[in-house]
This record gives sequence, C-alpha cells and structure tokens, in this order.
Amino acid sequence: MALSEKDVQYVAKLARLEVTEQEVAKYTQQLGNILGYIEEMGKLDTANVEPLTHPLDMKNVFREDVVKPSLTQAEVLSNGPEVQSGHFKVPKIM
Amino acid sequence: MPFEDYEPVIGLEVHCELKTATKLFCGCPTTFGNEANTQVCPVCLGLPGTLPVMNGKAVEFAVKIGHSLNCTIASYSKMDRKNYYYPDLPKAYQVSQYDKPLNYGGYLDIVTKEGTKRIGVTRAHLEEDAGKLVHAGGKSGRLDSSDYSLADYNRGGIPLVEIVSEPDIRSSDEAHAYLTALKSILLYIDVSDCNMEEGSLRCDANVSIRKKGTEKFGTRTEIKNMNSFKFVKQAIEYEIKRQAGVLDKGERVIQESRLWDVTENKTKSMRSKEEAHDYRYFPEPDLVPIILDPAYVQKLKVELPELPGAKRARFETDFGLTPYDAGVLTSEQELGKWFEVGAKLTKNPKGFANWVMGDMAAQMKEQEKELKDLKFDQKKLAELVDIIDAGTINSKQAKEVFLELFNEGVSPAEVVKSKGMAQVSDPKAIEAVVGKVLDENPNVVVDYMGGKQGVIGFLVGKVMQASQGKANPKMVNEIIKKKLDS
Amino acid sequence: MELYQKTIHEIASDLKAKKVSSVELTKATMAHLKAVEPKVQSFITVTEEVALAQAAEADKRLASGSNLTPLTGVPLGIKDLLCTKGVQTTCASKMLEGFKPPYNATVVERLNAAGAIMVGKTNMDEFAMGSSTETSYYQKTKNPWNLSCVPGGSSGGSASCVSADQAFGSLGSDTGGSIRQPAALCGIVGLKPTYGRVSRYGLIAFASSLDQIGPMTKDVEDCALMMNVIAGHDEKDSTSANVAVPDYTVEMKKSIKGLKIGIPKEFFPEGMNPEVTEATKKAIEQLKSLGSEVHEISLPHSPYSLAAYYVLAPSEASSNLARYDGVRYGLRVPGENIVEMYSKTRAAGFGPEVKRRIMLGTYALSSGYYDAYYLKALKVRRLIKQDYDQAFEKVDVIVTPTVPNPAFKFGEKTDNPLTMYLEDIFTISINIAGVPALSLPCGLSKTDLPIGLQIIGKPFDEGTLLKAAYAYEQSTDWHRRKPTLKES
Ligand SMILES: [Zn+2]
Repeated sequence: MALSEKDVQYVAKLARLEVTEQEVAKYTQQLGNILGYIEEMGKLDTANVEPLTHPLDMKNVFREDVVKPSLTQAEVLSNGPEVQSGHFKVPKIM
Repeated sequence: MPFEDYEPVIGLEVHCELKTATKLFCGCPTTFGNEANTQVCPVCLGLPGTLPVMNGKAVEFAVKIGHSLNCTIASYSKMDRKNYYYPDLPKAYQVSQYDKPLNYGGYLDIVTKEGTKRIGVTRAHLEEDAGKLVHAGGKSGRLDSSDYSLADYNRGGIPLVEIVSEPDIRSSDEAHAYLTALKSILLYIDVSDCNMEEGSLRCDANVSIRKKGTEKFGTRTEIKNMNSFKFVKQAIEYEIKRQAGVLDKGERVIQESRLWDVTENKTKSMRSKEEAHDYRYFPEPDLVPIILDPAYVQKLKVELPELPGAKRARFETDFGLTPYDAGVLTSEQELGKWFEVGAKLTKNPKGFANWVMGDMAAQMKEQEKELKDLKFDQKKLAELVDIIDAGTINSKQAKEVFLELFNEGVSPAEVVKSKGMAQVSDPKAIEAVVGKVLDENPNVVVDYMGGKQGVIGFLVGKVMQASQGKANPKMVNEIIKKKLDS
Repeated sequence: MELYQKTIHEIASDLKAKKVSSVELTKATMAHLKAVEPKVQSFITVTEEVALAQAAEADKRLASGSNLTPLTGVPLGIKDLLCTKGVQTTCASKMLEGFKPPYNATVVERLNAAGAIMVGKTNMDEFAMGSSTETSYYQKTKNPWNLSCVPGGSSGGSASCVSADQAFGSLGSDTGGSIRQPAALCGIVGLKPTYGRVSRYGLIAFASSLDQIGPMTKDVEDCALMMNVIAGHDEKDSTSANVAVPDYTVEMKKSIKGLKIGIPKEFFPEGMNPEVTEATKKAIEQLKSLGSEVHEISLPHSPYSLAAYYVLAPSEASSNLARYDGVRYGLRVPGENIVEMYSKTRAAGFGPEVKRRIMLGTYALSSGYYDAYYLKALKVRRLIKQDYDQAFEKVDVIVTPTVPNPAFKFGEKTDNPLTMYLEDIFTISINIAGVPALSLPCGLSKTDLPIGLQIIGKPFDEGTLLKAAYAYEQSTDWHRRKPTLKES
C-alpha cells in the first residue's frame, strides 16, 4: 500500500497536527519507508491466529463502588493554560 | 406523493446514566449539580500517567439492563477506545465498547393503540460520559455564535449504558411508547434516575422514510438534543414531514446530524465542517476483558424484580383488567405494588382499579400528592368498593365518601354511617314507601295501566324523594314494577 | 573510594551502621552530580531541595533504627515520565514544560515509603520515543564512557546518572528496550520486569500494553533490592498482576547448577558486530562453566517483532498522546477556534519523532487500514508470544546480546528513523510477549564501550533471571569497571 501525500494530510488532520508542505513531503517518504518495512508481516499466514491484545491472561478487574476524595477545584485547574470562573476556557468550537 | 404513502423507519439510541455512587473508572462521586470541577480527580481529568479501574457496580447495573431487555449477556466483552477530539473529552478518547458489547440481541415489547409490538434491541453497552461545556460570549449559550466555551469535568466519566434499538419503530407514537416502556424498566430495576432534565436519560433518533411497501431504507438523519419525550415525538414528526418534503421536491435527504431546536420547533442541520468520523476504535489496553461467570450473570437475572411487561400480563389475567388499564397501573413500580395489595382485598379488583386510575389519580394530580403522602391505605379504598358493590350507597354518594377518605382518611363505612348515607335495601321498608306513593298518585297508576310505561320514572323519583334519597333505586324500580304488574 | 561510587547494598550498610548520614551522603552525591552534570547532562530537573528534605526524614528513620529498608536514605534518579507530586514532570517534551502533577506515581510512592531520596528527574527521549535520548526537547545526555556517544534510550539519563555515579540507582521505563539498551550502552544493570509486575500508575504512557517500569543499577544485587520495593500488585492499575513477590535478594543467591539456558539462533544474525558476538559467546561459556546447560532454541517469529512493534506501539501512542490538546495542562498555542488551537499546540509541542509515530499510529488505526496493520500486528503478537511459551517449556532462561552494537555517535542514526529502530531488534520481542528480561555488562569493546548481555525469563520469574545474572556477575568484574567521562 503506497502512502500518498493526501494520506499524510488526512492523518495529520485526524491527529490534530498542523503540518507544512515540506513536512508532508518528508513524512510521506519516511512513513512510506516504515510502512514498507511493516508490511513484511504480510509474509506470515495469520488466517487462523487469534489476535492478542494483552500480554497477560487477565479478566474482570473491578473495584468497589466507594467514593474516594476528588481533587480541589484549585488543584484541578492548577495546570490549566487558561481558566475562568472554575472552568477551563477554550476557544470557540464552531 | 401523498404523505400517507411514506413510511418512517426509526431507531433510537438512548444514553442512560447509571446511579452508581462513583464514576466508571475512578472514585469521584456522581452527584448532580455541584460546583464546576469539584468532582474531578487525576483519573477523570485524564492527567498523564493515570489509569482506569472498572467500577464493578456499573457492570452489574449494565448486565441488569441487558437482562431486562431480553439481551444475551456476552460471554466475552471488552472495552475499546473511541478516538476523537472535543474539549469535553479529557483523554481525547471515550472508553466505550465497539465489537464486543456487554449485552446484545434483545427486545422490548411496547403497547400502543394498535396493540403490542416488539422492538428489537441491537445492543446495550457500557461507556463513560463526557464533561459539560458552557458556550459563552457572543449570543450567549449558543454553540454556533459563542466566542469561547468553558469546560467542567464533573460529569466526565460517569457510567452510561447506551441502548440501541433496531430500526423497528414506525411512528412518533411508537417512539414515545418505546421510551416510556424503557424508562419504566430502568426505574423498576433501579439502575438510573432517568431524569431527563438532569441529563441522566438522553435520546438520539435515527430517522428515515421510505415508500410504503418497499424494503430498502432511505437515507437517515440523526436527531440530537431532545431532552424530553415530548420533544422526541415532536422532532420525529417534524423530521418525517421535512424528509417527505425533500423527496417530493425530487431532492435527496442528506445523511447528517440535526439538532432539535425547541424555540423554533424544527430540526436544524449541525452543518458540521469536521471530516467524516474516523474514530479509530481499538481495544483499551489499560483495561482487561470482561468474562463474567455464568452463575453470576444468572444470579443477577434471578434477582430482577417483576418487570412492567410481566406484571401487566399478570394483572390482566389475575384481576381481569384490560391491557390499557394494566399498562397504566404497571407504568410505575410503586403504583403497581400499591394497586396489587388493594386488588387482593376486594372481590372487585376492576372496580378498585377504576378508583385508582380515576378519582384517586385525579385528586393526586390536583393536590400534587404522591402515594407516600396518602392519608389512607388500600384496605380503606377496598372497603369503599365493597360498600358500593353491596348497594349501600349510590355513585354520587360514593364520590362524596371518597373525598372524605382522600382528604381526611376517614374510613368509608364511618362516613356512610355518620352522614346517614346507607341506602335502604330492606324490601319491606321500601314496599311500605312504595305503597304510600302509589296510594297518593292514583292517576299515575292509571296512566301506567293504560300503557304509559314511562311514568315509572316519575314514581321512582317520588319514592326516592320520600326516602330522602336513601332507598336503593334498583330495588325501588323492581318493587314498583312488581306491585303495578300484579 | 568515594561514597557516591558505592553500590546501594554497600551504602545501605554504611547508613545503617551510621558511618554516614543520609544528609551527608545526599550532599556528597549532589556535589558530584553537579560537578559532572555539565559533561553528562543526565537530568532535566535536579531536585536538591526535595532530596535534602527527604534525607533529613531518612536520617530520623535511620536514627530510630526501625522501619528501615535497604533504600532508606539512598539517593536515586527518577525518569522524567514518572509523575512526581509538585515536581515538574516533562517526558522530555516541550508539551509538558512546567507541568506539575498533583499526584505521585505508585512506584514513586513506594520509593518514598521505603525512605529513598530523589535527586532529580532524568532525561529521556521525548515521550520515551527513541533509542539515543537525542529526541529530548531539553538536552543531549552523553554516554559517560565516551562523551561523544549516545547513552542509548529512551531511559538515557537514568542510565548515564547511574553509570556516572550521580545516583546509586534509578528508575527507567521500557517499551521496546528503553531500560535494557541504555543499560547495555552505559555498562550498568537494567531490568524490564514482566508486564504487570510493577504498577504503571503514574507512568506517562507511551504504549500501554508494552510499557513497564524497572530498576537501573550498578549491579545485580542493587537491582534485586529495588525490585523488592517496586514490584507488586497495585489496585490503581488494572493490568497489574496479583502475583506474590518473592525476596529477590534471596532468589538471586540460589545456585544455577542445572539451569537450562536457551540460545535462540535468530539473535545471532550474520554481519553482527563481531565484538558483541564474541562477548556474548564468552558470557554463555562462562554461564556453562558455572553449571548451567546450554541449548540451542528457535524463536522463529522474532524477525517480525520490529514490524509488529511499529504498528502496536505507535497506534497506542497516537491515542495516549491525544490528550495533549492545550486544554487542561501543558502547552497551549492560541488559535482562532478550537481545531486551530489543537493543531498549532500539538505541532509546536511535539518533536519530529513523536509526530512521526503519532501519524504512523493514526494511519494504522484509521478506517480501512485497521485489519491490514493493527489486527495483523495483534496476530503476529500472539505468534511471538507462543514462540516464548514454547521455548520456556524447554529452557529456564534465554540468553542473547542486548544490542547489536556498542554505543554510537550523536547524529549517526537520526537521519533515517529505521536505522534507529533497528537498535531495539533484540529487545523488542520481549515487550511484545510481556516476559521479563535484564541486561548486564559482559564486556568492553576495543574502544572501551560497554557491551550488554540480555537474559530473558518466564513471566513472573524475575528471580531466576536475577539468579543467572548474579552468578555471572559474581564470576566476572565487568560491573566494577567505571567510565572515565572521556571525550572520545
Ligand atoms: Zn475522578
């Protein structure tokens, strides 16, 4: 699967990364190389192999429904780049 | 094409906040209405390095929902990440379920004027809620004209179950019935407050239309922002008409999300500029699979209370109620329970039901009372039903007695006694009065004999008058006829 | 010998015997740290105040003589992706410059409870993405054995600070080799525990299903001591295993007579650096002479591990790093609207390698490519895991070189990402399988650069790993060699 500049632009947009034209060109080439290497996996027949998401065979890790202390509002907002009246402020959405 | 020739195809997605004490993945409380960003910890703020731990109670509640909607409970289920950017989503992904939902393949029976209908439930899966945004500046409060937004993460991470129906719904009435039935179930099994104003029950509708008799689905739109059942009904009705209008003009319905605008009573395109959704779902590596012990799953099923559908069917057979009446009496669990206790105390459960749904419901509404506020118990209302059935008082008197019962809690027998209302049902006493009235009205008797059957009403009236209204009118009627015909 | 040159177990007995106080030790260590820091640049943040306060507390504990651990009063370095309450935690990224977490990572809590001293937050590749610590936004850490060489990465600062005696030990994290490779390149011991052995709570995630925290130390005994403190179940991490933790210092000293060692033929490819091959083969001979049995084995799918890794790790990373959006913490670059703010912030806050991996992962997960990349990689992951399962039916541990080459020069591999990725060719399959592995010094190249030996174990059998490593170490003196901070 050849990677196009359009693919890179689409992916950059999905990942919310502003990219310059030069970067698009560079990433298209670099990511294309890496994907070429990755596609080595295609040589393996995995038709009858179950995917493995967790290295450990674990299940059902649940906690009790018991309230624990939250942070204070000041602590919550302490690292906020822009805060206003107890909230995180963000630029307009539309 | 005439509007009637279109058939709407509707599927509903209902988000139900679970009433656990803590959030889905952390120990923050789920209480509604507190000051912004005071129910937030490093985990639900999505701080770097934090990890989720599943609330076992949320899983329990979700399985209960699955059972009550006749779903299969998955033998293997897992959480997935749904990736998208929005400032109410602290991690920029929502932990949800993609291809292995906890519950799937269920159904819900609804009752409409046309009868009972089965609506398929595709899935009911577990996920976390997002935070809340306040749109400020500009034309304040509106997303499209605000200058900036303010984020509050108190709600972020509260457990939700998303219940997705099959596109089996064919009208706004059916949609309303589905939501009513669903809410009733969720309240019965006590897993959610279902408070639409506080957002603990939210509904999106997928609506399309097609020509009646055709199989293929039309292009659908997704309607959001309907925060009451009434709005859901209105929005669906509007959207069906809008789509019909579009098709009639020879245009195409665009697949999009539309918002219900309460002030303008119409759905509006969200005109979102963002690219087609590409959520890049993948298994949440910070959580392990849910593989529930079948015995535990079965235990939760056994522990479920009797659900509205089953109770409705039982009320029909046990108490001879109509499906409609049984539906009304089982719509709320407490009401059903209250009714059933009383229905068993009288020989006339149907009569008891009529009082509950009639005068009692009316007074409760008028006086803004709930069952727990009542000054009387089922035994006293049953007493009233039995007194009426025994013919001791007439229906007009019965209403008077009921008001005393409702307002003061006085037992109906006592009211009848203290007000001297008891009907005279002693044949001898009635015969005496009848004899007297006939003697005093010889002309009327002659008229009757001459074939004027109608005058009997006049005579009954006279007897009632003479007995100060206490004589049993049915008996009076019979005795007069007997005397005159003999 | 200077105080700061000692090992943890040596200095612990000095502290316990009150030959030195923790404050004195911390001051001496801090003085040396600062003296060599301009050359080595191990630390993003030096936490002198915190260290001295902790040392004063440790001295009270030492004076009372109760509740002591071998780490009480001992200065350590902490990789700057472990959250430290109130102390800047950057992940070596501009994105998190000035970020002060309101909580401690579980491992940090455990070190604190043991009375350890934090001297600073160590440099690393940005968000742990790299094998040379060159992708750090802040500085380039030098290899103490040769200052013109990289220390390896991503835990480069954690390796160099121990190697240069700036700390007695450190914590690193390992997603594809990030503890073992720098340990090998800096001539120290580094252990990546079994996935689930050490809590990840507070470890700023790179790839959640691969990341593990582990100790980096001057010798095997120190490694065992640190593992005794950091290993064990944590209810804050759902993937933390509830498996009993033995006393590793006891396990370590058991005999290796009859220990079955597997040598996978895939880990000795043609054209590998002959000095590394030779050192590894000598080490295997040494283990044999100590009573172990050596068997040739095969891990047939290991050649595919790098490919699978470069799908799995970037995919998880693309999601894990999505939260850096300028809303709640970290850098914000203003924008006209939210999307512009996001895109400018992330463009300015992340370096090129991080962006590359975010894009790679986003692509692999995107609509239409999931099956070909992500799902395929998960299947290959099972095959790799099965290789290890089958191998461990026959042998107790597996021995390989840690890295194909000794340390390389700055800039040597930055132009072509793939050549840098190949640094992890021997370490990466271990993370994919979730098994434990450690690296320990087994030689020096002709140019005096350390060579590492990797020992791989069964899940939750770190004890046997440490036993093999300790037996080898005790019969050699590589771990006693000290770097000279020379300029090539
Ligand atoms: Zn929380």
